[in-house]
Amino acid sequence: MRPAVLLSALRLVLLATLVLGPVYLFAMTGVAQLLLPAQANGSLVRVHGQVVGSRLIGQAFTAPRFFQGRPSATTPAYNAAGSAASNLGPTNPALLQHVRAHLHQFLQENPGVRPGQVPPAMVESSASGIDPDIPVAGALLQVPRVARANGLPVALVRHLVLSHVRGRFLGIFGASYVNVLELNVALQRLARPASG
Amino acid sequence: MTWQGALQPIILVAVVAVLAWSVGSYLYRVFENQRTYLDPVLIPVERAVYRLCGVDPQAEMRWTTYVFALLAVNVVGFLVLFGLLTLQPLLPLNPAHLPAIPFWTAWNTAVSFMTNTNWQVYGGETTMSYLSQSWLVVQQFLSPVSGICLFLAVARGFSRQNSRTLGNFWHDFVRSLLWVAVPFAIVATIVLVALGSPQNLKAYTHVTTLQGGHQIIAQGPIAAMTAIMQLGDNGGGFMNMNAAHPFEAPNVASLLFQLVLGFAIPAGLIYVFGKMIKDRRQSWAIFAAMAVMFIGGSLVLYHFEAAGSAMLPMHQVHLASAGNMVGKETRFGVGTTSLFENSTTAVSWGSVAASNDSLTPIGGMVALFNMLTGEVIFGSWGVGMIGMLAYVVLAIFLAGLMVGRTPEYLGKKIGAYEVKMAVLAMVVPSFVILILAALSVVIRPGLAGIFNPGPHGLTEVLYAFASGVGNNGSAFGGLAAASPWYAATVGVAMLLGRFPMYIPLVAMASVLAGKQRIPVSAGTFPTHGPLFVVLLVGTVLIVGALVFFPVLALGPLAEQFAMRSGQLF
Repeated sequence: MRPAVLLSALRLVLLATLVLGPVYLFAMTGVAQLLLPAQANGSLVRVHGQVVGSRLIGQAFTAPRFFQGRPSATTPAYNAAGSAASNLGPTNPALLQHVRAHLHQFLQENPGVRPGQVPPAMVESSASGIDPDIPVAGALLQVPRVARANGLPVALVRHLVLSHVRGRFLGIFGASYVNVLELNVALQRLARPASG
Repeated sequence: MTWQGALQPIILVAVVAVLAWSVGSYLYRVFENQRTYLDPVLIPVERAVYRLCGVDPQAEMRWTTYVFALLAVNVVGFLVLFGLLTLQPLLPLNPAHLPAIPFWTAWNTAVSFMTNTNWQVYGGETTMSYLSQSWLVVQQFLSPVSGICLFLAVARGFSRQNSRTLGNFWHDFVRSLLWVAVPFAIVATIVLVALGSPQNLKAYTHVTTLQGGHQIIAQGPIAAMTAIMQLGDNGGGFMNMNAAHPFEAPNVASLLFQLVLGFAIPAGLIYVFGKMIKDRRQSWAIFAAMAVMFIGGSLVLYHFEAAGSAMLPMHQVHLASAGNMVGKETRFGVGTTSLFENSTTAVSWGSVAASNDSLTPIGGMVALFNMLTGEVIFGSWGVGMIGMLAYVVLAIFLAGLMVGRTPEYLGKKIGAYEVKMAVLAMVVPSFVILILAALSVVIRPGLAGIFNPGPHGLTEVLYAFASGVGNNGSAFGGLAAASPWYAATVGVAMLLGRFPMYIPLVAMASVLAGKQRIPVSAGTFPTHGPLFVVLLVGTVLIVGALVFFPVLALGPLAEQFAMRSGQLF
């Protein structure tokens, strides 16, 4: 009787391997592509018909004319084919150095900002390394620099940021934030209306 | 801390209570062959599966036969998965041209997914082809269903009397798979895509970024895998960073849906237990004990994450707020992230929405302690509930000692054999965790894998074995989990934490099933009131603290004091 059980187990596993593996993935892909193609293909963002990224995946913005995202622990930064965190623990001296270095850089790039105004998220690296969002305060602190670099009035850029704020879910869960790529796409349209 | 953050675990538990009742009622109908809406479609499929596998779904099984069949499905499942993973370079659906999977990675991964651990020593998007991911999905269906079978066998020990058998394995397995795992996963997939997760089989997308850089965006059939990963409390994510990756949890709504999905079946099984023993008050007492520990753990974890690292102000870095955002995602914030990280080890799904290695010392300790106590705060499919039943037996035994009466639970006298089996289910995992962790911090290959210096390094090692033994799968990600030492030993820990932990409980159930139920008398200790809830919570916390306090003092507690005094390592 025991060998028969093994044989039954083998048949069950092989059947499951076929149906719950490739068949399940193919079937679900078909349904998703049919019903919800935008999400199913990665929420891609297009500018002039060109794909410039995914709304959900952060990008490395380093130029002063763009709003910048959080520090990223992937190599290279914002590597969307290899998500990773820094894994630095609270008593690791490397973490303190990392925070100090990013704070120093943020203050240099945004003159007039005091350390006590900087939200932790802007100087501490994210979990995925491709966090697409920053806290609202993190975006507002960058407004003067971005406005100057694009030759736009500060009030206009500030208004742009505030119009991109997403609040807490049901007023309770998560945090309010701004999506950096969406903000920068809108900014570019504002700064260069001829080409936008 | 904000009021929104503190309110979150309480709202979640209220939702889970409703789920326990609604999902539990459905599960009971499925296990008892009562009518459901899915019957017209699924009954022919069920019959076909029995015929194809050549099994009799009606023959009652003794516990040994039941466990043998379960082991057979698991061992064969392991071998098939291991074989298919090693064949990756020869098989299609590999648009990113990922190379062969190293031996120890394949061994560890096959054990990991078969035991419902889903410990990942690899980054999904950099290691597994789409086809290999699909083989992993198979075990994400089969391993939680195996957990339900263990639960049903143990629960029948309490619900039956004068019986030598514990049900039929094939019936329990196939019905749980067809009526529960598959339909729930299909619905969950569609919801996840609607909330933003990709589901395609295309090659990774190459884009020129807005600033003119080049970015490769890894994609794939992410929603379908996330659905069963979270539903089955598996935790083996498609991407390296699991739910922290914006494709796996694009927003808070998606993360909350995944939270609720992970709670659904374990909570439902608590209710099923009450229906089976025909006394639902017992279910709610156990639910209450779990809920108290869950809310308590969530609030402690959240408090310490919101208070943040004392290291920054100690070293004259003063930011706009104190909250710890190292290894966290902006969209989730500190509150919801803390809720998810407490749930991941309480409900034992093991996927993470943050980097646990970067939690504050006490925040990380809460997540660790959930695993050290055996993941009985809901826990994954079936095994969380039977782990809690082992604590119930122990609590009843302790209460019996205190008043000098023979302990009894649900009308069954608890004898020496039952208590021995329950204690065995607690001793084996504790022993394996402590021995392997101790070994790893004295030998070279173990020490070489540690990433963070000081006491935090010890916590990394302890967390790894607790996660392996607890079949959890979350990690302090700095540890070199892919090194041969950790890949091999955590693999062993996962096996020891699955079968030697739960099989004694099935043996215990078989003895209980044979006993006659004795009527309630004035001397019966009621097991549905607040007093019992307090006793049960106390038993879980005290047993955990007695076994693990010394090592926790050397790891997270030492680190907490060091951090408060600004000490770096």
